[in-house]
Amino acid sequence: MYAYDELDRTLINERVSEFRDQVKRRLSGELTEDEFKILRLQNGVYLQLHAYMFRVAIPYGTLSSKQLRRLAHVARRYDRGYGHFTTRQNIQFNWIKLAELPDALADLAEVGIHAMQTSGNNMRNVTSDQWAGVAPGEIEDPRIWSEIIRQHTTLHPEFSFLPRKFKIAITAAEHDRAAIKIHDIGLRLHKNADGETGFEVLVGGGLGRTPFIAKTIKPFVSGRDILSYIEAILRVYNQYGRRDNIYKARIKILVHELGIEKFAKEVEEEWKAMGDVGLTLDHTAIEEVRSRFSYPAYEKLPHMPDELKQAAHDKLFERWRKNSVSAHKVQGYSIVTLSLKPVGGPPGDATAEQMDAVADLADKYSFGEIRVGHEQNLALPHVAKRDLPVLFKALDRLGLATPNVNLVTDIIACPGLDYCSLANARSIPIAQELTRRFANHDTADLIGRLHINISGCINACGHHHVGHIGILGVEKNGEEFYQITIGGRADENAQLGTLIGPAVPYAEVADVIEDIVEAYLALRDRPEELFVDTVKRLGVEPIRERVYATR
Amino acid sequence: MPLVKQGRLTTDLFVHVTDGAELPGDGAVLVTAERFLADPEALLRRAGKVGVIWPNNRNLDDLVPHLGRLASVALVFPTFRDGRAYSQARLLRERYGYDGELRATGQILRDQFVFMTRAGFDAFEVKKDADADAFAQTMKRYSVFYQPTGDGRVTALNRRMQLRHSESAGQ
Repeated sequence: MYAYDELDRTLINERVSEFRDQVKRRLSGELTEDEFKILRLQNGVYLQLHAYMFRVAIPYGTLSSKQLRRLAHVARRYDRGYGHFTTRQNIQFNWIKLAELPDALADLAEVGIHAMQTSGNNMRNVTSDQWAGVAPGEIEDPRIWSEIIRQHTTLHPEFSFLPRKFKIAITAAEHDRAAIKIHDIGLRLHKNADGETGFEVLVGGGLGRTPFIAKTIKPFVSGRDILSYIEAILRVYNQYGRRDNIYKARIKILVHELGIEKFAKEVEEEWKAMGDVGLTLDHTAIEEVRSRFSYPAYEKLPHMPDELKQAAHDKLFERWRKNSVSAHKVQGYSIVTLSLKPVGGPPGDATAEQMDAVADLADKYSFGEIRVGHEQNLALPHVAKRDLPVLFKALDRLGLATPNVNLVTDIIACPGLDYCSLANARSIPIAQELTRRFANHDTADLIGRLHINISGCINACGHHHVGHIGILGVEKNGEEFYQITIGGRADENAQLGTLIGPAVPYAEVADVIEDIVEAYLALRDRPEELFVDTVKRLGVEPIRERVYATR
Repeated sequence: MPLVKQGRLTTDLFVHVTDGAELPGDGAVLVTAERFLADPEALLRRAGKVGVIWPNNRNLDDLVPHLGRLASVALVFPTFRDGRAYSQARLLRERYGYDGELRATGQILRDQFVFMTRAGFDAFEVKKDADADAFAQTMKRYSVFYQPTGDGRVTALNRRMQLRHSESAGQ
């Protein structure tokens, strides 16, 4: 956990009072809605279909139990008793009243939580691997760097009015859980030949109506230079990114239009011209930030405790353990994923009661720490294996032990037309229907790893392009239709999905998905071949034939 | 339009001269980049200070050779969501060492004062009187800054390291 010091606390309190003044000026009419819009977006406040929506940052997906309880409090006090975890390590509240927002922010600020730059054309919440610091084989804890970059990008005097939003993600593990290749800047921590820690820097990834996978702009930038290098990228983007068309304003379009070589050259020239501007991070500076992270005092525990052996006969426990429990870097401990994808439920939602209960369980079993992943699930990152059986029972009672992590019903979905003013079609009911179709966990196990992503419009908040199966809602003659792609992925082998056939109406989506899954089961060459690998091996055609033969 | 300069409401001594209009015989003028570049020497020979309004989509290269003789550079915010001039401001101050008046023009609200000051602006053509009146108060809004810029404010990281240093020295 990163512990805020007096300076961090002061800054977010100063931001709260600034926002309070902005809301006051809006309510008194001193600010027009047009002017206020930009200001509220800088602080995570959108105007949605029914009310203001408030997006709160969970930087690099780490929360303390105290912070999670405070999010529950905001849900209860200012909203309708629940919150929605997003694909970028944020939580959204959908029913906030404008006049109460400054108070909600002040309550959050007391526990070191803010909503700075969770929307608007600025540098967004820095995201990372939700298993950071506990995943086996990690280069080092990427949250140190995430926090350094979080601070540097917060209220940046030069880059708070960029052509468009700007997202940075960091991974330090071999398997990319942070989806860095679909970010404006993706950073992969690694060591060079001299053993020095630095970053492969990728640029220009993003989804939306013109999706691109990020390209490597520089294979190695040393940690000490990472801030100045990012600053150089941003300065080129701020000056030359398009501002004439909102749909062409992301850095991916600039990179695409210039070509990666030319763009890299521009950045390199800017970087060289910058000289020493106080951005070089020496060892002391990095250690200063590192020292503010605390780590659990792990016990020396056996690899296979008796409690685990005894619980092995419990089929439900075993199914959950095999699905939701992952290897930890410390012997005797596990990482436990808490599925926020119950059968029939909206993906990523948690009630205030669930949040409070998870906070209590984190205190009891996970050194008071909770993680939030881009798949819209939570995790307890430091659970002693001996505690797994009792934790399972507690989670099951809370409805947080659905054994579907990474399976077909672990669906990523945006809020869609039920909430969002941009949406063309509903997302949540499609997800709910699919979880009912695949409610049998044995079937889901048999299908194996399969990511379904749903977006209610071309803005792609549900990351449909990179779903193994992607579902995109569009509007056709006033009706909801859905385009379906297959073969996308968001990990280290990131790829965009391919359209499988004509769009289908709302009522037929679940049938088509079932047919796609059946086609895969018939076509895979062995049970271990994942859906996405079968698509890669065979291409879209054999699946298309089977699915659309009778349509 | 109220002008805030060096933290105070001031009378604007510069006259904005549009491209076709005749230049006043003396007195300070602000002219467009095009007019200035058409004949810089003639303008600079005039009795009276010269400032240039530099558009936010034009590279600074053509301006840089003249910086030493200009009394003001005015950068433009066509809307306050268009942040290109922040980069131009920092480049003028921090890379090219410009130390004359750096003026923000266009849609300027109080909510940009801190950012603009940190980027190097020291004069502001403010849209609303209430915002101009609130300048000094608004500048006190923040006491913590995460990024180093040319304004010399000490960053949070440096303050922490200073603190750490003085603590260890005191032991």
